[in-house]
Amino acid sequence: MKQRPPRYSAARLVSRAARKRVWPRVWREAPLRNSYDVVVIGGGVHGLATAYYLAANHGITNVAVLEKSYLGSGGSGRNTAILRSNYLTPEGVIFYDRSLDLYRTMAIDLNMNVMFSRRGHITLAHSDASLRTMHWRAEVNKLQGVDSSVIGPADIKKLAPVLDTSSHPRYPILGALYHPPGGIIRHDAVVWGYARGADTLGVEMHQKTEVVDIKVTGGDGPGGKGPGGRVTGVRTNRGDISAPVVVNCTAGWASLISDMAGVKLPISTRPLQAAVTEPVKVFLPVVVVSGTLHVYVSQTARGELVFGASVDPYNTYNIRGSLEFTEGTAGHLLELMPGISRMRLLRQWAGLCDMTPDYSPVMGFTPVEGFLCDVGWGTYGFKAGPVSGEQMAEAIATQRTPDLIGPFSLSRFERDALVGEKGAAAVGH
Amino acid sequence: MLIVPCPNCGPRNAADLRYVGESRPRPDPNSASAKEWRAYLYERANPAGMLRETWYCRSGCRRYFVLERDTVSNEFTNPPTPVAKLGKRP
Ligand SMILES: Cc1cc2nc3c(=O)[nH]c(=O)nc-3n(C[C@H](O)[C@H](O)[C@H](O)COP(=O)(O)OP(=O)(O)OC[C@H]3O[C@@H](n4cnc5c(N)ncnc54)[C@H](O)[C@@H]3O)c2cc1C
Ligand SMILES: [Zn+2]
Repeated sequence: MKQRPPRYSAARLVSRAARKRVWPRVWREAPLRNSYDVVVIGGGVHGLATAYYLAANHGITNVAVLEKSYLGSGGSGRNTAILRSNYLTPEGVIFYDRSLDLYRTMAIDLNMNVMFSRRGHITLAHSDASLRTMHWRAEVNKLQGVDSSVIGPADIKKLAPVLDTSSHPRYPILGALYHPPGGIIRHDAVVWGYARGADTLGVEMHQKTEVVDIKVTGGDGPGGKGPGGRVTGVRTNRGDISAPVVVNCTAGWASLISDMAGVKLPISTRPLQAAVTEPVKVFLPVVVVSGTLHVYVSQTARGELVFGASVDPYNTYNIRGSLEFTEGTAGHLLELMPGISRMRLLRQWAGLCDMTPDYSPVMGFTPVEGFLCDVGWGTYGFKAGPVSGEQMAEAIATQRTPDLIGPFSLSRFERDALVGEKGAAAVGH
Repeated sequence: MLIVPCPNCGPRNAADLRYVGESRPRPDPNSASAKEWRAYLYERANPAGMLRETWYCRSGCRRYFVLERDTVSNEFTNPPTPVAKLGKRP
């Protein structure tokens, strides 16, 4: 019988410390069974949120999340944790804004301190062309009720005094798109919060459990896989599992999983690098992005500067970092903030990104019955974790595609109905 | 970063080239069905392993060529044999 874990609170912290009680593990480990109602592949924010909302919103608790490594080992534990909803397409804006809503109440809903800091987000424009895109985005945003506007250099200087807003730089700052509700969050806590929440409701999480094949019958392709077929289960390194519903939440590895079911995806896997400096006193109160200079930066609660750029320019499943990245990105950062030239770099890392042609995700049902995808999250998918989990759970529970994710279905590529988000997602994740 | 063996210029930093992407046969626009054409436009094999890919030597010989690389180890097949004709875009 499952026992509810103790709630986290300041009072509990004190009382348990006084009684020298050890806290239980954040989520429990169960033996792997050979059948579930739903198998979710991938223990990142998307897989865990899908499992959590299946249980929380629809009472579907016979669910297993299979993760080949440890929970949060993919992009969900490597991202720079920027949350925002000032996208370019109406479909994107309304979708990401729902996610921000869920993030806003997450600390209470999941009883986990996720440290969501809604500090404001500015995207700099260094040319007339990008200023025009900012105005376009601001108008689309406002129509959807999202707080977003174009501001000039004087206001930028007030928000971030460290920025060089003079006319001296090679690419002077002409204006910015200002999005006050945007900010940063503690990504690990989000992953652990969903895992703990799902565990409390009876969902099982299995780490070091790698899916090596997906069982499909009746399809048009080789071995009965592919369009027209239906899923019957998965094969893992720890044995076979039968399940009528299998969800692909594997981001950078999405094509490999999808191949196992015979479903072709429009995805290319590329690494995205990021880096962090030593901690210093807080001097940068907002998130700053510059598409022209291919750099974005924010300062953590600990005082470190976290910064990154756009994806590496070729496909690979290899996440080795490069000197070009640190040198190039640091150089661009110095153009924005010459004052930080003496700061030292602490470390750099990379994660795999599942890039799509239109910078929008691939979500929902596929031509293989029972095989769903929640992939194509590229460099911008952490912020979408909550809404994706909520909507994917609804799709599974109701067997219908919810309106919010309809535009992102795989079939949009057959209908030539792409959702072009490049202008808002290429650099500012 | 990646060192790309240009068949004309020798080893070059990937930053000197442009990555065109997965190399796939282009269907004949006159006879291809809409389905085949869209598959060519959007679908990607995206393998974790050997990949045939097209590069453009942007700041060197300015030729297109196709090479094979392991997308996990990032090693090109040795010796680097361009598997498509040079010059014209394959
Ligand atoms: C450096 C960097 C910075 C980023 N910055 C931001 C940002 O600021 N804001 C933002 O919104 N997004 C950002 N992103 C993107 C974001 O991290 C991802 O889009 C998001 O985390 C994807 O979550 P996920 O749950 O879909 O995938 P992941 O977290 O990648 O999880 C997929 C999981 O699937 C597992 N898996 C793979 N194959 C198998 C298998 N065969 N069997 C079992 N399990 C398997 C993997 O081990 C992995 O844990 C960034 C990404 C990177 C790399
Ligand atoms: Zn060359």
